[in-house]
Amino acid sequence: MPLVEIDDLSVTYGARRAGRRSTGKAALADVSLDLHRGETLGLVGESGSGKTTLGRAVLGLVPVSAGAIRFDGEDITRADRRTRRRLSQRIQVVFQNPYLSLNPQRTVLQSVMETLASSPEVDRAEARARSLEMLERVGIPPASADRYPGAFSGGQRQRIAIARALVPRPDVVVCDEAVSALDLSIQAQVLNLLVDLQDELGLTYLFITHDLAVVRHLCHRVAVLRRGELVETGDTAAVCAAPAHPYTRTLLASAPVADPRLARA
Amino acid sequence: MTEQLASIAPLAPSAAAAAPRRRRLWARVLRRPAGALALLWIALVVGGAVLADVVAPYGPLDQDLSSSFAGPGGAHLLGADQLGRDVLSRILHGGQVSLLAVAQAVTVFVVVGTLTGLVAGYRGGRTDRVLMWLCDVALAIPLVVTLLVVLAVFSRNETAAMLTFGFLASAGLGRVVRAAAMTVRSDDYVLAAEVAGLRAHQVVARHVLPRVLPPVLVQASLLACSALLVESGINYLGLGVQPPTPSWGGLVTDASAAIASHPWLLVPSGGVIVLTALAFGVLGDVVRDVSADRSDTAPTSWRQLRTRVRRTTPADAKAHATADVAGKETDAADAKIDAVLELRGLRVLHEGTALVDDVDLRVAPGEVVGLVGESGCGKTLTLSALLRLLPPGLVLEAERLEIDGADALDLTERRMAALRGSAVAFVPQEPVAGLDPSFTVRAQLREVVRLRDGGNRAATDVRVRELLEQVQLPDADRVLASYPHELSGGMAQRVAIARALAGRPRVLLADEPTTALDVTVQAEILALLRDLRERTGLAIVIVTHDWGVVAELCDRAVVMYAGRVVEEGTVLDLFDHPAHPYTRALMAANPTGAAFRERLRSIPGQVPSPRERSSACAFADRCERRESDCTSTPVALVLTAGPTTGSTGAVGDRRVRCLHPVTGASPTKPATGPSTDQKGEYADAAR
Repeated sequence: MPLVEIDDLSVTYGARRAGRRSTGKAALADVSLDLHRGETLGLVGESGSGKTTLGRAVLGLVPVSAGAIRFDGEDITRADRRTRRRLSQRIQVVFQNPYLSLNPQRTVLQSVMETLASSPEVDRAEARARSLEMLERVGIPPASADRYPGAFSGGQRQRIAIARALVPRPDVVVCDEAVSALDLSIQAQVLNLLVDLQDELGLTYLFITHDLAVVRHLCHRVAVLRRGELVETGDTAAVCAAPAHPYTRTLLASAPVADPRLARA
Repeated sequence: MTEQLASIAPLAPSAAAAAPRRRRLWARVLRRPAGALALLWIALVVGGAVLADVVAPYGPLDQDLSSSFAGPGGAHLLGADQLGRDVLSRILHGGQVSLLAVAQAVTVFVVVGTLTGLVAGYRGGRTDRVLMWLCDVALAIPLVVTLLVVLAVFSRNETAAMLTFGFLASAGLGRVVRAAAMTVRSDDYVLAAEVAGLRAHQVVARHVLPRVLPPVLVQASLLACSALLVESGINYLGLGVQPPTPSWGGLVTDASAAIASHPWLLVPSGGVIVLTALAFGVLGDVVRDVSADRSDTAPTSWRQLRTRVRRTTPADAKAHATADVAGKETDAADAKIDAVLELRGLRVLHEGTALVDDVDLRVAPGEVVGLVGESGCGKTLTLSALLRLLPPGLVLEAERLEIDGADALDLTERRMAALRGSAVAFVPQEPVAGLDPSFTVRAQLREVVRLRDGGNRAATDVRVRELLEQVQLPDADRVLASYPHELSGGMAQRVAIARALAGRPRVLLADEPTTALDVTVQAEILALLRDLRERTGLAIVIVTHDWGVVAELCDRAVVMYAGRVVEEGTVLDLFDHPAHPYTRALMAANPTGAAFRERLRSIPGQVPSPRERSSACAFADRCERRESDCTSTPVALVLTAGPTTGSTGAVGDRRVRCLHPVTGASPTKPATGPSTDQKGEYADAAR
């Protein structure tokens, strides 16, 4: 059984304002996808393709207008706040911009501990210990855990954001362009870290990105979205070697290749 | 464009910005003289009122007819009134009444206004609409009339009046807080807190409230100011506290009765009201200035927006240890090569610290040069220096800066402005942000064409069309009539390029022109730039961190690290045989060439901040080939006979700043991406 099942999911922004405009803008239309335990599914597309919306629907941050999302067999399409609070320990997120995803007025330890706050069985002392442990695991010395995000570089902040997402030991992590804002050498560090953590903790990633090189490197399977519709999905190697949909071909052909001989051919 | 460049200002003193940012708001208010004075006065007045029973020399009602209308000094420091009551004592005791009234109004104002705003801004939807509608109603109620009615109904109950005042005014605060809360609401860390399962009130208390606090403090100070004046007015009219109990407004009434004979009496009572109101107002202003982060770095005059330029000589360069020029060739022959842009010995200084150091750049006509490196390595500053448009506070030093034959170090600001756009033009990273949102594309293109060509309207419009054709924008009529926000990113970037081409420049400077664009659009823009170069002989200097863009577009690449050039050469040569360890590491970090889930080679540590840079090799700390001399000797950028320097003369020469350069082939394996054939196939299929 897939860990996350997405069936005919549609998200329409503005549709909720009943009476004013009955038809809003469809951000996602009838998308069906499965996410299996332990895999990385790359979600590729350009701006306006709905890839971020899909991630947010799984996280419960946008209202779903039709279709269903099942997590571990449970229907979470319109989960209430209480269910969401429970799910927060199992579905987590890493955002794109490490400068916006940490509250500048709270220490990194406070930020990391926050993900455990809604878990009743974890007391403060344990939350603290686990947070420090996770910070150390991602390469942030526990001694600097009481400093504010301003004291850290972009790459370090992204590690902190990863620690915050992983400290409740979730099953699924939605990575929304999690390495896109980073410099190459830092991106390499974070990609290595993501691979290691996945092998170590058996994580499942929903990896949202526009960067095909990163998808090829990291994702077992890939799903290509265009204007809210799923155009192609399959094993990454197979899709890249023999793209079936013309749009996938366009995407592949457009990505710049870091090899001057190939690029100029 | 200055806007664009100003936005990179925080990049410069990054280390400085990181550390002391955390100083508390009140500490920063106290550092300002106006803030300290205002707070001191308020503390004095409040302290005096609270301790009036102890500190006041007389009781508020103690009469001493012998000193009726006594002047200031002697037994009565601020004089005495008609009944010989000590004015200072009455002011101190009156402060209890007046300041309590202010406190009541401010408390209701802050509590009601902040709650309304937070709930409306955070919940949104119907809650928001209902609350804002109520705010509108509250703001429409005439304040003075309501206060008079309240005072009539509650028979001179000043507390009731001040609570009403605070309540009605809180509608304004509610709107301010709502706006602030709405912007914070969609920030990533607020979303992350929601994903973490925090309850709504926890999210608001931890993440939203701290962000809306500064505007609340500002509004509260300003309300305190008007509450004090309203309270004084009420007592002046005799509608509040009844004599002989002192209040500040009442004291003014007493004084005004004797204004003809004893004008002094009005000075202490009127003065304390004015000064206290002023202190509240000033405090509000200071809190606003201090909480707006930019106030420290914002330029104080237009003059500071001009980049200060200093010409140096090669001897100067020798003087600073960071740029040892032993082995740096300054051939006369080298200089004779036809270059459309020549930069020599560039340094960019911030308070004496070099952010960019010893950068040379020569660009031949029709050549595309890529400036490559990670953020904070000085690529964008180098580009800004070429335009003489550095962020405020930075100083440009160079031995030579020639653009299309003109000596740009000597030009007046006016001549330099003319050179920008005609000889050298600029394309920013964010195309939509680089265009003025309040004018149509037509208006913006006409403006630059008229500026460059003069000419009548018909000729201008012909030229505008020609420019749009040059950047291959279809549907010209629709684009011309559009405002920037109505364009897609790719169309906006084409318009930005068209605008840059209006003055027929010979060099185009482009700062990450495709980074914000989708890959398919990026490919189109790269194709356009290649095409422009081929058709018009335009030289291009492009800042990028993407090896793919370098490979696709550039003839030559200049790799920068920590403000210096570490390696340059033709793109083929550089990709085949990267010689500097940093170049190699940066290439190896690219996932394109790596196998599936293979460990990528990352560079340990991070780019040193300008203050921490060694005068020797700045990369030594992170370099796996470091030897003992790397950390002790300054390293020059030297010409190397690259293994395959089959290049096109001096412009294409290979230079490396490394004592132990690598020889041998590139660390990256052949790309596992599509093969050449496949790539062609995709492109065909896409058509």
